[in-house]
Amino acid sequence: MDGPQPGGELMNRILETRVLAPEVKYFRIEAPKVARKRKAGQFVIIRVTGTGERIPLTIMDSNPDDGWISLIVQGVGKTTRTLNELETGDSVHDLAGPLGMPSEIHEYGRAVVIGGGVGTAIAYPTAVALAEAGNDVVSIIGGRSREFVLLEDEMRAVCTEVYPTTDDGSYGYHGFVTDKLAELIADGPSIDHVIAVGPVPMMQAVAEVTRPHGIDTVVSLNPIMVDGTGMCGGCRVSVGDETKFACVDGPDFDAHQVDFELLARRNRTYSAFEYYRNEEFTEEHIHVDPVGSS
Amino acid sequence: MARELTRRERLKIPRHEMPEQDAHDRSVNFEEVNLGLTAEQAVAEAERCLLCANPTCIDGCPVGIDIREFVRLVADEQFGDAADVIKRDNFLPAVCGRVCPQEDQCEGACVLVKKYKPVAIGHLERFVADYERERAGSTSVKTITKTGKRVAVVGSGPAGLACAADLIQAGHDVTVFEALHELGGVLVYGIPEFRLPKEIVKAEVDQLADLGVRFEMNAVIGMIDTIDELLAEEGYDAVFIGVGAGLPRFLGVPGENLVGVYSANEFLTRINLMRSYAPDAETPLLDLYRKTVAVFGGGNTAMDAVRTARRLGADPATIFYRRSDAEMPARAEEVHHARAEGIGFETLVSPIELLGNEDGWLTGARFQRMELGEPDDSGRRRPQPIPGDEFEVPIDVAVVAIGNEPNPLIHRTAPDLEQTAWGTIVADPETGRTAKKAVFAGGDIVTGGATVILAMGAGRRAAASIKEYLDTGVW
Ligand SMILES: Cc1cc2nc3c(=O)[nH]c(=O)nc-3n(C[C@H](O)[C@H](O)[C@H](O)COP(=O)(O)OP(=O)(O)OC[C@H]3O[C@@H](n4cnc5c(N)ncnc54)[C@H](O)[C@@H]3O)c2cc1C
Ligand code: SF4
Ligand code: FES
Repeated sequence: MDGPQPGGELMNRILETRVLAPEVKYFRIEAPKVARKRKAGQFVIIRVTGTGERIPLTIMDSNPDDGWISLIVQGVGKTTRTLNELETGDSVHDLAGPLGMPSEIHEYGRAVVIGGGVGTAIAYPTAVALAEAGNDVVSIIGGRSREFVLLEDEMRAVCTEVYPTTDDGSYGYHGFVTDKLAELIADGPSIDHVIAVGPVPMMQAVAEVTRPHGIDTVVSLNPIMVDGTGMCGGCRVSVGDETKFACVDGPDFDAHQVDFELLARRNRTYSAFEYYRNEEFTEEHIHVDPVGSS
Repeated sequence: MARELTRRERLKIPRHEMPEQDAHDRSVNFEEVNLGLTAEQAVAEAERCLLCANPTCIDGCPVGIDIREFVRLVADEQFGDAADVIKRDNFLPAVCGRVCPQEDQCEGACVLVKKYKPVAIGHLERFVADYERERAGSTSVKTITKTGKRVAVVGSGPAGLACAADLIQAGHDVTVFEALHELGGVLVYGIPEFRLPKEIVKAEVDQLADLGVRFEMNAVIGMIDTIDELLAEEGYDAVFIGVGAGLPRFLGVPGENLVGVYSANEFLTRINLMRSYAPDAETPLLDLYRKTVAVFGGGNTAMDAVRTARRLGADPATIFYRRSDAEMPARAEEVHHARAEGIGFETLVSPIELLGNEDGWLTGARFQRMELGEPDDSGRRRPQPIPGDEFEVPIDVAVVAIGNEPNPLIHRTAPDLEQTAWGTIVADPETGRTAKKAVFAGGDIVTGGATVILAMGAGRRAAASIKEYLDTGVW
């Protein structure tokens, strides 16, 4: 650690890992206090190493009695790919949370939870909370192909209906989550609440599907963050023409008010940098040392 | 032994200006700009002090350091003792000697200021503090009798650190909770390395750890624990809130969310805390090399941002400020350093729109020219637009440095803490007591963005009244 640590004990130990799909990994991490305090929709900020960047990750699940939280990580940039190399017994350098406002949970009636790719992991705790609050929860969980449809069993345990969808038709419904959603809206019974989590274009598309029907729709936004405490304003998003800080005012917002174009652009701010670092990562990890040392 | 000098001899010694790194060299590195006085220079500078019977400089110091005594000890070459004298009132002298606005405080109140130049009190304070630190000085660790009382300090900026220092020495158990992964608040994430090396802040923090202060990083109070939980569940007997002025303010003009527009907090945090300037940095920053960088604002934060941009290759790097030079709140030294480093200054201008391309990247700004009208509440002449006088400037990266608003995290979970209309916490300026029992507050979260020494002073006054509260149990 960079400063004095209480007792110097190893913190944030990884208790279990599981590969769920290519570059998608499940982590169970020791974090007793976060496990007790966190609510659905909240996230943690993690630094993998002592020089690492701070990245937000939504808490998928927790167990207050055993003192752990779980996270699902998609290896997209250098930081997430480095994280995905860690195994049981390793630990992450820093973990701060829970952060963000919890998802608003009410008894809406029939609620549809939509997850795209790892978005399903972020949507999952909200599905659980909605079910616990007495909602009839339906989920649509999409992926490019079969291997990217995540947490189907977990979703089945809390939802009355689960619709896996794949873009290539290799599993479940052949089409986008929005196609399935449009079908559900057309077929009834009526839908009272929708929450969508996934890539920006997917969330935007969901908003456009529900807008004409006036269905209350919430999205969980994923802007670039630094501190996660409201201090930097890097995570700002535009919602109903007002600037909001996703880390303290969100990450959940009214889908019909969000400026998705802006979010998508701001998320591309460092794409050149990320590209370069990803190359670096790949070189470091794929090249075989010709001398074969260690 | 000190030389016996007459008043006239003392007045003849010219003030020792701070040796600086060459302006051109330093504009491309992050090394400290000010190099510090040598021992000989420090002694000669201290000999300029008239040792007044009524030392007005002390009145100018927000924490009332016995300046005459420490300066006398420097003249006498008793640097360790001088450090002890300063540390009675200021436990961050290496920091304050570097960042205090001495021209408005101690030096501004020095009797020499009218006809001569004031004693370089700040330079001497810094010299003494560095001397002590480098020689692993006179840390007189006395055995402290524990009281068994526990205090939670929220925030590790100067207010929190000062409060913790006094409470641990009074025998209380102290835990400092810090939201970020490093300790020091603005001293580590805001003020750049070239003005305040991080190693100095770390040395001060380490001293506190040695005295037994516990530090918990990555602990965002209001989220992981509320103030009530700290008191009721975690068993703290009192809480000090020193969370600073957190949320950056934006201009409120169109285009502010374009890619390429940073708040000063984000810009400086990426660089200072996350070290995005290092070649192996993990945290990205937009490339500034030969880019046109504009910084909006005229305070210390704006100067730090623009000088930092310059060091990362920005050319031109320009300050855009809506009043005139005379109203600029930044320290004179910072403005002077900035100019020497080739920073441009555009005053009496106010951005009215940020312009972007079709991909949402910043390309420039439209400005309104201003003139000065009547003085406003702050006593500074209020800028007002000159109708029709607008112009556009191409800009690649912009940094907004127009101040902060209080962070809502604490207040959200402690609504019984009284707040002002601006969101700052209401606390008694003398005691730091808030409207909530056993809860004290001080620093920027109470005053709004101020200075390191004022935050420290507030932390110390709160520590004194926390001690009193814990001894007597009377709220
Ligand atoms: C760029 C810049 C340059 C400056 N230059 C100067 C200068 O030259 N001279 C000068 O005198 N002053 C200067 N200042 C002002 C000075 O730094 C501040 O007035 C001073 O740091 C305030 O101290 P503080 O302890 O109140 O708060 P801060 O230093 O802001 O520290 C507050 C700490 O609390 C933490 N925190 C916030 N919320 C929580 C929470 N919920 N739970 C736990 N921790 C939390 C923050 O992360 C932070 O570490 C400058 C400020 C800036 C931004
Ligand atoms: S603390 Fe600041 S005001 Fe006080 S003597 Fe030192 S430099 Fe001057
Ligand atoms: S991440 Fe910095 S304010 Fe939200």
